Amino acid sequence: MEPLLTSSAILPEAILLASACLVLITDLFLSDRQRNLSYVLTLVGLAAVAAAATVPLFTGVVQYAYGGMVLTDPMSAVLKLFAVLATAFTLVYARSYAASRAMWRGEFFALALFTLLGVMAMISANNLLVIYLGLELQALSLYGLVALRRDDPKATEAAMKYFVLGALASGFLLYGMSMLYGATGTLDINELAHRINQGQAIHSVLILGTIFIVAGIAFKMGAVPFHMWVPDVYQGAPTPVALLLASAPKLAAFAITFRLLVEGLPQLAVDWQRMLAFIAVASIALGNVTAVAQTNIKRMLGYSTVGQMGFLLLALLAGVVGGNNAITAGAYGAAMFYVVTYSLATAGCFGIILFASRAGFEAEQIADLRGLARRSPWFAFVMTLLMLSLAGLPPTVGFTAKFVVLQALVSDGGSDTMYRIAVAAVLFSVVGAFYYLRVVKTMWFDEPTDDHPLEAGVDMRAVLTVNGLAVLALGILPQGLLALCNGAVLRALGG
Amino acid sequence: MSSPFPWLSFAIWIPILFGIYLLAAGRNHRPGGVRAVALAGSLVSFLVTLPVALGFDAVRTGLQWTELVPWIPALHAHYALGVDGISLWFVPLTGFITVVAVLAGWKSIESRVAQYYAAFLILSGLMIGVFCATDGLLFYVFFEATLIPMYLIIGVWGGPNRVYAAIKFFLYTLLGSLLMLVALVYLYQASGGSFEIAAWQRLPLALHPQILLFLAFFAAFAVKIPMWPVHTWLPDAHVEAPTAGSVVLAAIMLKLGAYGFLRFSLPIAPDAAHALAIPVIVISLIAVVYIGFVALVQTDMKKLVAYSSIAHMGFVTLGFFIFNPMGMEGAIAQMISHGFVSGAMFLCIGVLYDRLHSRNIADYGGVAQVMPRFAAFMMLFAMANCGLPATSGFVGEFLVILGAVQYQFWIGAIAATTLVLGAAYSLWMYKRVIFGAVSGPKVAKLQDIDTREFLALGVLAAAVLWMGLYPAPVMDALHTSVGGLLSQLAQTKFVPGSP
Repeated sequence: MEPLLTSSAILPEAILLASACLVLITDLFLSDRQRNLSYVLTLVGLAAVAAAATVPLFTGVVQYAYGGMVLTDPMSAVLKLFAVLATAFTLVYARSYAASRAMWRGEFFALALFTLLGVMAMISANNLLVIYLGLELQALSLYGLVALRRDDPKATEAAMKYFVLGALASGFLLYGMSMLYGATGTLDINELAHRINQGQAIHSVLILGTIFIVAGIAFKMGAVPFHMWVPDVYQGAPTPVALLLASAPKLAAFAITFRLLVEGLPQLAVDWQRMLAFIAVASIALGNVTAVAQTNIKRMLGYSTVGQMGFLLLALLAGVVGGNNAITAGAYGAAMFYVVTYSLATAGCFGIILFASRAGFEAEQIADLRGLARRSPWFAFVMTLLMLSLAGLPPTVGFTAKFVVLQALVSDGGSDTMYRIAVAAVLFSVVGAFYYLRVVKTMWFDEPTDDHPLEAGVDMRAVLTVNGLAVLALGILPQGLLALCNGAVLRALGG
Repeated sequence: MSSPFPWLSFAIWIPILFGIYLLAAGRNHRPGGVRAVALAGSLVSFLVTLPVALGFDAVRTGLQWTELVPWIPALHAHYALGVDGISLWFVPLTGFITVVAVLAGWKSIESRVAQYYAAFLILSGLMIGVFCATDGLLFYVFFEATLIPMYLIIGVWGGPNRVYAAIKFFLYTLLGSLLMLVALVYLYQASGGSFEIAAWQRLPLALHPQILLFLAFFAAFAVKIPMWPVHTWLPDAHVEAPTAGSVVLAAIMLKLGAYGFLRFSLPIAPDAAHALAIPVIVISLIAVVYIGFVALVQTDMKKLVAYSSIAHMGFVTLGFFIFNPMGMEGAIAQMISHGFVSGAMFLCIGVLYDRLHSRNIADYGGVAQVMPRFAAFMMLFAMANCGLPATSGFVGEFLVILGAVQYQFWIGAIAATTLVLGAAYSLWMYKRVIFGAVSGPKVAKLQDIDTREFLALGVLAAAVLWMGLYPAPVMDALHTSVGGLLSQLAQTKFVPGSP
């Protein structure tokens, strides 16, 4: 057994934990006016975590620690980097919003950091229990964050809903894990795959376990038919929390899906791929169609997330497990590219909603963005890029992401079923384009009904600009990120 | 000529860079400066397209001015450009029409001027990109990206019903092009991971996938052209778009769809094209005849010209699917000519609309008496619109009719009704608007065209006459490439030994 905190494999997590504790303690001694110190401290901590997380990218080694319970590899490094980035964006975007709503407190920073810790634990996990622990840490922190405005009935309701359904989902996942443990006698993911491969496990128990695992994952992703909490929580949660909820945890959801299904249960691929196919198509259909009817922009983004997660699952169901490694890596690399760029675009969208809000005014409705192009042409342009990206239109990165997913979907020789799924997916994308375009229309074609000046700090303006332009730049030149994702997945698959 | 001078990249990126500059630095409260920059930008962009046409070797087969740079190695996608005789003339045409479009909005656009001109310049670069791309993914990116500026042009600077028209335009065309995206993915897989359009054209395919591919491409291009019965977005878009938007839409954007047929549908799925030729010909004839009648009864000038565009594009698709050199060359000549003529017609309507703020034919009458110079220009364009010899409209229509007669006499005969119908709707509208007694005090006070309008109409008139009197440069460039395309079309792509 290695001594605690000496393995460099968990260096980023250790730094994160330390800075979370530091922020929590320091903040006790700060008055409201000095709160920005906690903010700066948090951002510095995140920068240190990001720096530590990049190391595996340069070395390229897969490193196991603590008896194989956690691992670091290029894939976890990339996902962690983007999770840190999403959290940092959240804090920057949230600053003025939270400050004017009595949310700018130590708990906010500490809980955000603990959420990130949970996300990072899931990303590095190589053990069923570590996955579960990370999931619970993330979920508990988020329950607290959603309920942070305890005098707001809507937020409280959302927190309650999120808690009850989230606990149920955790239960599903844990139950599934217990079945896998019962069937194979191991919690280690590599060992799990190995034992199943040797035919030591009872197939029916494994299938049942897989069903529960898939259900739990679908719950956490917010995929149909386990999506009911998504729109309610997105709408009810304070906007910065909804932003946090929509970005970093999706990266973790991808990571655990990859670890559990692809690395842990490749022998059952035929079974879970069929489940994912149904979940994916249903999510794309229901998410996109229902989003059309929404007038609340946060709720709309909630349903849009359901649709986007469906697209992500499409790439996951396509990979040929155990076949040609390059094609498989291409497929899962596509999924990873999708989730990374999705979290980037979503973070920006919530950032714009926060930008349009001010003290005493919540930008909640799509109509609240009316005439944004007149009030702030630049940020209307940024939001247009983000919306086009979510809609999957070139030249933004959303197009590249959708394209690589479709490409991955049919890369397995391209059966007719896969092409039918692809056609269905693009047809629902047209429906999706409608409501994303409606936001563009509201910003550009409608006259403003509100002429309060839009105020935002330099930090927020700069980060929003970078966020929007990143979506465009990655769309025009996606090679770097695409190669990074493909390479990381290839490494994770042992290539 | 291993690495020729990158004129095509210049033609694509110079207008886009000017557009970005206007977005970043244009000040809406100083519209004069913005307009000057926009005009300079469009002129420079047009000038850099000229070496492409002048240095083109009409006898050589294959692509010229090629550029090849790896773009997304992970997907084997390249930044690959090149033109052949088919795409060659659309490059300067786009640059030319953009200059006209910039002049067209000179006075009538007063709000958000910088963004307005930026949208046009960026759109111009993107459209040239569509014509030059020889990589499937690059083509798709340019093809789709053109929707965004046009959506904003219609939606921000359009008429009262602009929001509906803009969204309809966008969703209609998006629906078609997403099906094309699936086709591109299929071809990428089938060709073993290549986006090179030329490789797709050589790829052997059985009839069933060919038909599916053909239909997917058809969905994208038929909507864009637009062909009957998916044409309904076009009249809405034209009526609501600002004048310059209509000019660009009719002159260039519709050609993107027709061009797609030549680059994708026909050479990639030649057997499917032969198998489905009759339905396409029937649809084209419906567009020519039925839409011709629809144009006749319009009371709104812009709608009338919009419908006449659909009828003319029906001629283009007819020319493609009769598979002989005359039809094909005539269709391409018709595309170029229609670029000049429809642009000019919309510009004429814009001139009237700027003054009277009405597009209703009934509100006009006797314009010739107060605007004689304008009446002369519009006469020329109306004549070109109905295909009078010595105008550009004649060359294409005549060749397509000849080709159609060669293919099947009755198809040619039905197509020839366009000469009557085109004359009927163009000249009848001209008569009601321009001739007769002055219809009212408002018309009596109309000012004749000023220097700017004279310039814009004048260059278009010169182009229409040049193409009508001396089409040789255009036609010469076409021969080799059309011959190559037709020989590709004549060969089956079936895998040897398969059914």
